[in-house]
Amino acid sequence: MRRTALFGLVFLVLIVLAAFVASGIGSYHIAPQDILRLWLSLLNESWSVGIDDTARYITLHVRLARICLALVVGGGLALSGAVYQGVLLNPLADPFTLGVSTGAAFGASLAILLGWGAWSVCGVSALPLAAFAGAVFALYLVYLLGRINGRIHSTTLVLAGIIVSTFLSAWISLLKSLNEDSVSTIVFWIMGSLSGKGWTHVGLVLPYLLIGGGLILFSARELDLLCLGEVQAQQSGVDVSRVRFRLMLAASLVTGASVAVSGVIGFVGLVVPHLVRFGVGTLHRHLLPTSLAAGGLLVLLADTMARSLLPSGEELPVGVVTAILGGPFFCYLMLHRKKHIPL
Amino acid sequence: MIDVDDLWVGYTEETVLRGVSLQVRRGEFVGILGPNGSGKTTLLLTLSGVIPVRRGSITIVGTPLGRLKPRERARAMAVVAQDSDIRFPFACREVVLMGRYPHQKAWQWDQAADEAVVGRVMAKTDTEGLAERLITGISGGERQRVLMAKALAQETPVLLLDEATSAMDIQRKLQIFRVLRDLNEREGLTVVAVLHDVNLAALFCRRLVFLKDGRIEADGPIEDVLTAQTLQSVYDTTAIVQPIPGTGKSQVSFLP
Repeated sequence: MRRTALFGLVFLVLIVLAAFVASGIGSYHIAPQDILRLWLSLLNESWSVGIDDTARYITLHVRLARICLALVVGGGLALSGAVYQGVLLNPLADPFTLGVSTGAAFGASLAILLGWGAWSVCGVSALPLAAFAGAVFALYLVYLLGRINGRIHSTTLVLAGIIVSTFLSAWISLLKSLNEDSVSTIVFWIMGSLSGKGWTHVGLVLPYLLIGGGLILFSARELDLLCLGEVQAQQSGVDVSRVRFRLMLAASLVTGASVAVSGVIGFVGLVVPHLVRFGVGTLHRHLLPTSLAAGGLLVLLADTMARSLLPSGEELPVGVVTAILGGPFFCYLMLHRKKHIPL
Repeated sequence: MIDVDDLWVGYTEETVLRGVSLQVRRGEFVGILGPNGSGKTTLLLTLSGVIPVRRGSITIVGTPLGRLKPRERARAMAVVAQDSDIRFPFACREVVLMGRYPHQKAWQWDQAADEAVVGRVMAKTDTEGLAERLITGISGGERQRVLMAKALAQETPVLLLDEATSAMDIQRKLQIFRVLRDLNEREGLTVVAVLHDVNLAALFCRRLVFLKDGRIEADGPIEDVLTAQTLQSVYDTTAIVQPIPGTGKSQVSFLP
């Protein structure tokens, strides 16, 4: 418990530090002390006296918004990853390897193509809902494909995920091409990017993250028991089919909302829960909140790298950075799974 | 406590239990024996609600099994299964604490009372030394002891065991069964244990139920049913049942 609080504190400090550094990176130079004053001006206007409006706009409405979006998206993906791993008893599961992210991207692209992207329900945009529908659709497909004689195998499930993911990626490309969109929007949906995103997008994901995340955190104890196996969980008093259904829906909702604003950012949901388990252990009441923080930090760092690595000043899709970091980790898991995480 | 009436259970292709009727009263210590495939494990899984009933009825502490919510069922009976395939590296103490789940409310941290129960059952099962070890990194016998502790932490009036000590060495087996006997005699814990080891059953159970081909072949107090004749009909093997002087118990020798 104390250890988790310590880790939480460390992550919080790291996030603030990373946000501070990220705010100073970009083609428009803003001095560190100005950033600090502008941040403080959110609490009290008087702090920002004497700073020009361009710097103010860029710091608070461009960079800080993007930082918050990175935190929300990364946290959501890592949280979903932890849930998928626990519910499916599969250390290789995450929104990306299961094809759920691509399904969400497909749902969102389809909604945009059909002109539903701008619809809203009670002031909350419906785009994340379309992404959610796509996510559930993909998950169901993967589940059907991954089943052999009624049993789910870890590797076949991931294989099915990759098949579905590749297939839907192709459809996204086709839909986008038909819509005479540029190649860059295709790349956005398939490789993920936070480029040009602002506070409206944060507002778009946040309600879904809060609802889904709340449901997930509420079920931390059930997740622990599900990790002992279906029969164990049932005999310990968990309503297995109901809890599993609820958790899968919640994780897909969070994934869908994240993907609707960021496109497909791979490997975050896979890597983060594993790393966090090393630190705070496997109990989900510790694992879930810590994954949320660590996932946010990871995507924030990856996004900052994505927009500052290229000397030309062009941006990389953030999915490129997470895949370059996550791919080797995935290989490590595959090779060492017998020792650390028996499948 | 447990009332099974004309129970038929099966999987898609085959019928495993064919008309089993069985009453277990409070405070009994029942051994369920029988050859492989006789339906012992299926009976236990059906009693704990994992496999659906095809025909017949099961009543647990006065309530039909189907009407118990999972939590209520888990407060009435705990199960220790034979094979546990745990893939996630929980500390053993955390696993034992999970046994408290049916007693806890959703938005509530673990209470001091839960911690106290965990401490007590871990002392009883001699698993305190394993508390911080990972469940994935200990031997099969140690894991069975931890899962026994988890089941005891559930604090239920009924305990179902399915070969729950199969991976333990003989000294540990006896140690665990002595703990169960004490709980049975002092606190009225009802124990129903599926066992392969006839001699272990002969040492601790007071009643034996022999299953064969999904039916009950013999059922009664141990001194009545643990006979060469029953063993011959259940296992198709010649056996000698000999009393062990001074213990009031018998042991079975199978002939080569």
